[in-house]
Amino acid sequence: MVNLTIDGKAISVEENTTIMEAAAQNGIPIPKLCYLKGINEIAACRVCVVELEGKEKLITSCNNIAKDGMVIYTNSPKVRKHRRTTVELILSQHDCQCVTCSRSGNCSLQKVANDLNILEIPFKMQLEKQPWNKQFPLIRDSSKCIKCMRCVQVCEKVQGLGVWDVEGTGSRTTINVAGHRKIEDAACSLCGQCITHCPVGALSARDDTEKVWDAIADKDKIVVAQVAPAVRAAWGEELGFTQEEATVGKILDALKKIGADYVFDTTFSADLTIMEEGTEFLHRFTSGELKDRPMFTSCCPGWLRFIKSQFPHLVKQLSSAKSPQQMFGAVMKSYFAEKLGVAPEKIYTVSVMPCVAKKGEREMELFYQEYAGHDIDAVITTRELVKMIRSAHISPDTLEDIESDRPMQEGTGAGVIFGATGGVMEAALRTAYYLLKGENPPEDAFKAVRSQGFNENNGVQEAEFAIDDVKVRTAVVSGLGNARALLNKIDRGELHYDFVEVMACPGGCVGGGGQPIHDGEERAFERGKNLYDLDVRSEHRFSHENRDIQALYAEYFEKPESHKAHMLLHTEHRLEGF
Amino acid sequence: MSRLEIASPKRARIVMEGLYKDLERRIESSPPGLCPVDMARAFLELCHAQTCGKCVPCRIGLGQLNNFIKDVLDGNATMETLEIMEQTALSIMESADCAIGYEAANMVYKGLIGYRDDYVEHIKNGRCTCTYNQPVPCVSLCPAHVDIPGYVALVGEGRYADAIRLIRKDNPFPTTCGFICEHPCEARCRRNMVDDSINIRGLKRVAADFAGEVEPPACAPSTGKKIAILGGGPGGLSAAYYLQLMGHQTTVYEMLPKLGGMLRYGIPNYRLPKERLDDDINAILKTGVEVKYGMKIGQDITIQELRDQYDAVLITIGASTDKKLGLEGEDAEGILSAVQFLRNVGKNEIMDLSGKEVAVIGGGNVSMDAVRTAKRLGAKKVSIVYRRRVADMTALPAEIEGAVAEGIELQTLKAPASIDVDENHHVKGIYVTPQMVSAIRDGRASIKPTGEDDIYIPCDVLIVAIGQNIETGHFEKAGIPVERGKIITKSTGTFENLPGVFAGGDCASGPASVIKAIAAAKVVAANIDEYLGYHHVISCDVEIPEARLDDRTPCGRVNLTEREACERVCDFEGVENCMTEKEAKQEASRCLRCDHFGYGIFKGGRETLW
Repeated sequence: MVNLTIDGKAISVEENTTIMEAAAQNGIPIPKLCYLKGINEIAACRVCVVELEGKEKLITSCNNIAKDGMVIYTNSPKVRKHRRTTVELILSQHDCQCVTCSRSGNCSLQKVANDLNILEIPFKMQLEKQPWNKQFPLIRDSSKCIKCMRCVQVCEKVQGLGVWDVEGTGSRTTINVAGHRKIEDAACSLCGQCITHCPVGALSARDDTEKVWDAIADKDKIVVAQVAPAVRAAWGEELGFTQEEATVGKILDALKKIGADYVFDTTFSADLTIMEEGTEFLHRFTSGELKDRPMFTSCCPGWLRFIKSQFPHLVKQLSSAKSPQQMFGAVMKSYFAEKLGVAPEKIYTVSVMPCVAKKGEREMELFYQEYAGHDIDAVITTRELVKMIRSAHISPDTLEDIESDRPMQEGTGAGVIFGATGGVMEAALRTAYYLLKGENPPEDAFKAVRSQGFNENNGVQEAEFAIDDVKVRTAVVSGLGNARALLNKIDRGELHYDFVEVMACPGGCVGGGGQPIHDGEERAFERGKNLYDLDVRSEHRFSHENRDIQALYAEYFEKPESHKAHMLLHTEHRLEGF
Repeated sequence: MSRLEIASPKRARIVMEGLYKDLERRIESSPPGLCPVDMARAFLELCHAQTCGKCVPCRIGLGQLNNFIKDVLDGNATMETLEIMEQTALSIMESADCAIGYEAANMVYKGLIGYRDDYVEHIKNGRCTCTYNQPVPCVSLCPAHVDIPGYVALVGEGRYADAIRLIRKDNPFPTTCGFICEHPCEARCRRNMVDDSINIRGLKRVAADFAGEVEPPACAPSTGKKIAILGGGPGGLSAAYYLQLMGHQTTVYEMLPKLGGMLRYGIPNYRLPKERLDDDINAILKTGVEVKYGMKIGQDITIQELRDQYDAVLITIGASTDKKLGLEGEDAEGILSAVQFLRNVGKNEIMDLSGKEVAVIGGGNVSMDAVRTAKRLGAKKVSIVYRRRVADMTALPAEIEGAVAEGIELQTLKAPASIDVDENHHVKGIYVTPQMVSAIRDGRASIKPTGEDDIYIPCDVLIVAIGQNIETGHFEKAGIPVERGKIITKSTGTFENLPGVFAGGDCASGPASVIKAIAAAKVVAANIDEYLGYHHVISCDVEIPEARLDDRTPCGRVNLTEREACERVCDFEGVENCMTEKEAKQEASRCLRCDHFGYGIFKGGRETLW
């Protein structure tokens, strides 16, 4: 143990604890901006400076280790003065028009500046203006960037892509797309982890709420919305709901109140995905096609963009099944449109997703009979959903649990866990077992694919199951850096699996780039647990037991992998434009 | 009334003089990879502030040039801006009254020509071509990228053996380099911004002197692959060391009776004591390197035979033949090359030069080795004969000073013209043509004859030290590309049509330094490993001390002292004294730890493996 004094308090901490952690453990939170534990401990913003007794120069608390006998002041007059100047300097190069910023009220710089009671900036304002393609799902506003380098580090160290880099030197040093590329040409997966790890509003997802408002206002459009499983695990965080209060039923109610004509739960199409992907897996597995290389899941668009740009030769191993979002869109514009007796063109499909890459995935085209358009017309993130609720001035406490509309109402626990890493695999195995044996396995038979903690075992969970004499080797991985490491091993033949689930965001969709932002916290694992709880509490826990899915096949698709299913629910993964 | 007064500098002036010195040191330690356009802007602002204000081109023109550069940097320029800039710069160069103006404009002009692509990138794409990816100056300037902040901190804590282990991760010759490395690492040391660079080589010497015998790390499990290495100099032995650690079996073919190459047969004992060289070589051999002595390539064995017998062949034969003056009578008795002369001494074939006059032609480090060796062999008078000035010599200043202190004569601005030979075909002297310094060409002062008569320098022994070559004949026959006395490889140390053959070190780069040969050895070792189908990594598990949080108060640099000149010329023992532990601790504590402070903690601060 190490003994030191912080702000007059004698404290004792473990060896190799940073001064910042030592202080935090003892109830002294030191202000910080660039710091991101384990990822960005580079002492760049200089906000976390503290005074070390006997030394002239201030030292940073985030990356220096507490040593025996240190006497530290985190809030001495000198510290306050310099910290204040530093924050004023940062503000002089930050567009402080907070009212028009998507991060207003959830901005670390705003908080630090407010806490220091900075009421004016004594320096000349110098805002950097870099051009940016505002049509791209990922938006960077250079005038807000504080050069904390977190985006560079998250993309490099967590997602293994290195899309961002430092550019230039001297006073014009800035952040830009690495390798002098444009963002459209960079291999960006659109995972949005840089957005959720940006302390300010420099990085954001393209706002598509106005499109949705326009569709609602359009009398000719029938607005049909769906809500992804992971959204229910996080949306309430911004509205003051507890986990129990933040039900999907209330989201559906909110969407109705906002003006959607029909509301659905993506859990339904997650079950549909399992029927298609589970069946596909069994075919490919039993035909021996997966002897050398596994089949990969295909429901995460960040992962699809990643594999297409980083491992193009493995694209053929992807399941051809579309994602639940796209499947639902296709079903809405075919089966559902027919039920309503309207042309697909009249249907405006909106999905609420925990994800930024879904905004890119929606560009996928749908050709169905005379219809030529898209499965999905607009994608909003969980954060945008909350904005719409606020914008519609709906008081959260007036929201009630309502059910999805018919006839695509049911969703099973298997569909709900899609939102957590391992969920797709577990759901698929439950149904594959049934398809193989004609009977259900015990409900928790495939629990071994679940993650044991956030980024535990480098985000990889391996498992092997024996169904009679058939042995299935599976791996589940989340986080693209982890995925790259795993794929390299698979590619080199060091590891063999039959089925691999990949989610781009650490922890799966619950940790998605479209989820509510809590600076310095990784909530994915906790949110995931919530989904697993919902699964246990579900009436049905097997996708094949979803009666509305059974009806959909009976009335429309006939059976999984039928010709019609292939037309609407599957896709050929094309490399161009990933 | 007094008519005159003694000027005493004003306070502001004194402070300014100090700041000029600060700036000089700061520029000296400028990190590599900065945006050249932004630097041009900064330089120009300084130049403009120096303007006296009398003349238009300088007073106004430099400011306008600066506006253009800012336009470029701010994305407000077009390609036309570059044309106007060029014209304006030329105009100032050709019309300004004094150097403050025309030299400032010349700096901008040189940049406009020299890094135009960077200007264009800024204008067209609003970006800079520069890449700032090696932020720790010493590490980035060390060709082998040794973890200098790491081992300096270890020396500071008295963990000498750990320092040696850490150095060996990138350089298996820590002792040798502690004595004779050219230490390019010190050139841009950020400590210069405070006072003076860290004595990095001196601290490495401390590690080597105090560590005792340090075992090399364990080798990886044997791969069964065999590699032949031609030449047992620093390059070949370094490659052998790393390849052994990777689990391959290397065999070094050495034509001379002992290992070390130029380290043994080129560098005199007084600079690198042989028993200290053996410390490094013994550690390398402990990894299981096999050695075949007395084997000369092309004579005793051919490349093709080696390719048949081994999985890979590495050529690291160094540059051990000499360049000739090209004068008549060069084959006379008493004339020999520095390579030959120093090799003989290295082999203990001692020439007695008592009472003789020795002239050495050339101004590089090898010349200094030759003159100082000749002095130690008892020569009555030893002179360096050099075409240019002392300032133009390529030898390290410390080597020149050492030679002068030992009583060597420097005959500068004298170009060899003809050799005088006696009737026994023995050298008698050399005629030299007096030269005068002339215009700067390619950044170096050129010379031209003064027109005076040639001068005669009598000598009994004439040593030629004007550069080295490699023996290329056999390689050309074996299909290995050779050009201008060098083996031409790709930057990976490989050849287009010769799979499994690699080359590195002096034979591929031309005569360079030990540390460059070691750096090349790392490259070829990694690429041979890769070629053989492996991905072994070299790493070191020594834990590096936390950076100290002290204020960085200015403190002088500890320089190594030398034995008294009159005493040291009488023997071949080491000239340089090591620091004391107390000095080493202080010197190590001066290190600013650029791996922890500044950019290093963000990117590139520490490569723990390669």
